[in-house]
Amino acid sequence: MQARAKAAEIGATGIGKDFGDFTALADITLTVGRGEFVTLLGPSGSGKTTFLMILSGFEAPTAGRLTLDGRDMTRTPAEERAFGMVFQGYALFPHMTVEENIAFPLRVQKRTSADIGRRVAEIVEMVGLGGHGHKRPAGLSGGQQQRVALARALVYEPPVLLLDEPFSALDKNLRGQMQEEMRRLHRETGTTFVFVTHDQSEALALSTRIAIFEKGRLQQLDAPRVVYERPANRFVAEFLGEINILPLSGVSADGAGGGGQFEGQTLRADAADRAGATSLAVRPEYMRLHLARPGTGNAVAARIDHTTYLGAETRLALRTPGGADLILLLPTAEIPAGLEPGAPVWAAWPETRGFLL
Amino acid sequence: MSQPSRFLLLVGPLLLFLAATYLVPFLGVMRWSVTLPEPGLGQYKAALGDPLVLTVFWRTLRICAVVTVAAVAAAYVITLLWVRGGPVQRLIVELCILIPFWISVLTRAFGWLALLSNKGLINGWLQALGILSEPLTLVRNEFGVIVGMTHFLIPFAVFPLASAMRSVDERVLMAARGMGAGRARIFWQVFVPMTKPGILGAGLVVFVFALGFFVTPAILGGGRSVMVAELIYLRIFQSPDWGLGAAISVILMLAVGILLAAMMRQVRQGASK
Repeated sequence: MQARAKAAEIGATGIGKDFGDFTALADITLTVGRGEFVTLLGPSGSGKTTFLMILSGFEAPTAGRLTLDGRDMTRTPAEERAFGMVFQGYALFPHMTVEENIAFPLRVQKRTSADIGRRVAEIVEMVGLGGHGHKRPAGLSGGQQQRVALARALVYEPPVLLLDEPFSALDKNLRGQMQEEMRRLHRETGTTFVFVTHDQSEALALSTRIAIFEKGRLQQLDAPRVVYERPANRFVAEFLGEINILPLSGVSADGAGGGGQFEGQTLRADAADRAGATSLAVRPEYMRLHLARPGTGNAVAARIDHTTYLGAETRLALRTPGGADLILLLPTAEIPAGLEPGAPVWAAWPETRGFLL
Repeated sequence: MSQPSRFLLLVGPLLLFLAATYLVPFLGVMRWSVTLPEPGLGQYKAALGDPLVLTVFWRTLRICAVVTVAAVAAAYVITLLWVRGGPVQRLIVELCILIPFWISVLTRAFGWLALLSNKGLINGWLQALGILSEPLTLVRNEFGVIVGMTHFLIPFAVFPLASAMRSVDERVLMAARGMGAGRARIFWQVFVPMTKPGILGAGLVVFVFALGFFVTPAILGGGRSVMVAELIYLRIFQSPDWGLGAAISVILMLAVGILLAAMMRQVRQGASK
């Protein structure tokens, strides 16, 4: 497929959407690059789906401007944008076979029947639906319907593929499989993907960049590793997995980093690029457990509150003398024997792993 | 009390009522058809060999087919406005469906007579405007019967169509739009096929109902477009040829039964595909 040439860049400038008095989106400005895989992530009601509907053209923004490869498309209706779209629940045509479903957009484009036949056959193979071409959607499993929806959205090589929580109806194993499939389809087609989900692990696994929405605002747009390890604010830090946030007193920053006091210990972080920071944040998996204070790095004294066995990992809940709660996620193999609730321990981590917030 | 016996107790009176008012009389009619004037299948032979009876059957089928197509098509447009239109359109359509329901079939037939007859409103206007010099024959023929029956049956087609249209997933229509399809293509290639079960259901209701129509064809056909129900009435109350009338009744009943069974099978096959 030579779709790579067709992938488009989308630009949004100051996009807003009001429903009466309710502001669903405010001042969204971002660019999705050619061939990128951007995930819109946020809790329900955060505006991520509204933004996708505005990108697709099914909803009109009440403020702002949209561009496609630099050309204004703010007022272009959905049928003229003709982006590929995979809906929640797939929205397949129930009265058509798999092949007829996939051929529909090609018929709209009035391609020759030889061309249609060739493309449909090609994409049916590509998404692994060989042998199911003559079935109706009702005769397919959820995963197969998902593949039909993807094939139908990709077969005409649209410049952009929009996906609205496509995996929400699938069970966990199938979800993993379909994520692999999506990654492969993205690589093979080279199309620009914009994907809505509320599942953070899905977002981290699939995206080139993640846009995090909350209360109608864009909180951060960065690569998965950056949003996870250097979140822009407390909401992003807490939304993406668990995190320990330790309140600091006497925060100071210099060229080499920054730090402050926590329960009598001086804690430091490498990145001190944030003005007005009041806390230090560390992910649970970067903390290590020690029975005595280690010589270097940050360390906080605490007692074991309880442990939760999770198989390969064990989750430890600690409480400091000052009453702060800490969470550690350790490989079960690293847990010392005889660790009872109440045992005094040290939670330690390298300065490179924490950040000021 | 066990579940089945309580069920019987509740449904029993209804079953008894239906048996007393439909089953017993119909069995009586069946008995007449093979006993009057003498025992045997003679009346069936007479009915099926009588060119008049065959003409009436053929005419009935033809009128019902035309009425079914016309009523379902008109109801489709009305239902579309009702289900997918704005609040004002919805209210107007609701009134247009409900008000005819409250008016007797007799009144409505005479209403059409007043509109369509040679000295009626339509011919009067057309002549007053100088469009016609001679009145058009709009009534006391098949045309009049078809108009009156179609009008009467439209509301019965609206309900099965409405439930089919309401069950169409909006996202499927959006998906078609998102792929660049225009309104006409979405309507004919997506919306109409998705409401096909409703179209079949509405057609069946209208057709079966139309087969037994009596008052409307009697008034608007003016004795010239006799349909089966009127023929049965004539044989029993005017000839009096009870055996023949009964035989025609049984044939009509069988025809409806076979038609229903065939349609049900069709619908079920369509659903299981």
